[in-house]
Amino acid sequence: MSNKIAIILLVCIGLVLLLAISELPLYGAPDNSAQNYVSERYIEGAVSDTGALNMVSAIVIDYRAYDTLIETTVLFTAVIAVFMVLKKAPDRKGEPK
Amino acid sequence: MRDFVLKRVVALVLPFVTMLGLYVIFHGHLSPGGSFSGGIITGLSMIAFSLVFGLDRSQEKISERMMTLIESFGALWYGAMGLVGILRGTSFLMNKGAGIPLGEPGKLYSGGLILLITLGVGLKVASTMVTLFVSLMEEEEE
Repeated sequence: MSNKIAIILLVCIGLVLLLAISELPLYGAPDNSAQNYVSERYIEGAVSDTGALNMVSAIVIDYRAYDTLIETTVLFTAVIAVFMVLKKAPDRKGEPK
Repeated sequence: MRDFVLKRVVALVLPFVTMLGLYVIFHGHLSPGGSFSGGIITGLSMIAFSLVFGLDRSQEKISERMMTLIESFGALWYGAMGLVGILRGTSFLMNKGAGIPLGEPGKLYSGGLILLITLGVGLKVASTMVTLFVSLMEEEEE
């Protein structure tokens, strides 16, 4: 019984998602909302704004520097998590167990 | 695993791999690549060294404590570069607006803070990879 309910629910969710996809604009169409003044500004002004020829670097480290700052902190957190799980705490004399 | 041919080949190839990693880091603002990919290449060269020559010899070259220091330094370096903008009277992580000379596009020194930040993040990514690898490897050996 619960299987049937699950299947019906899944079909309903799938139909809703397919409806949403059919409303999406065509990939690469000129009137997409993705092709607005932001991307134009990046493409036209990257070299004069940052002096970097690699536009990806210009965006990642100059325009979106905050994002990269926190991204490096993510790596830091990963190392801390590994240390918490694997490293053994030194005992009171300061020597590892 | 630790035979003669493998050791010789790795010893021949590793300097070039490390060089490539540093090149990708230093040219992050000029050519494809950047701090993350260059840091991974540099870190992988160190990981290959410790896989082939053993953990003890790689710890002799660069100790684990040194690696954690480099890693923390990389994160703090990024924040310090951001403070330059505040010290010049503009906002955090400002590059051109803070009056930092951008240099001529296409030359190695160009892009203002981008080169310095890429260097810090690249070192940090490399040391993160090595630190993760060493801690997992140590666990296995015990």
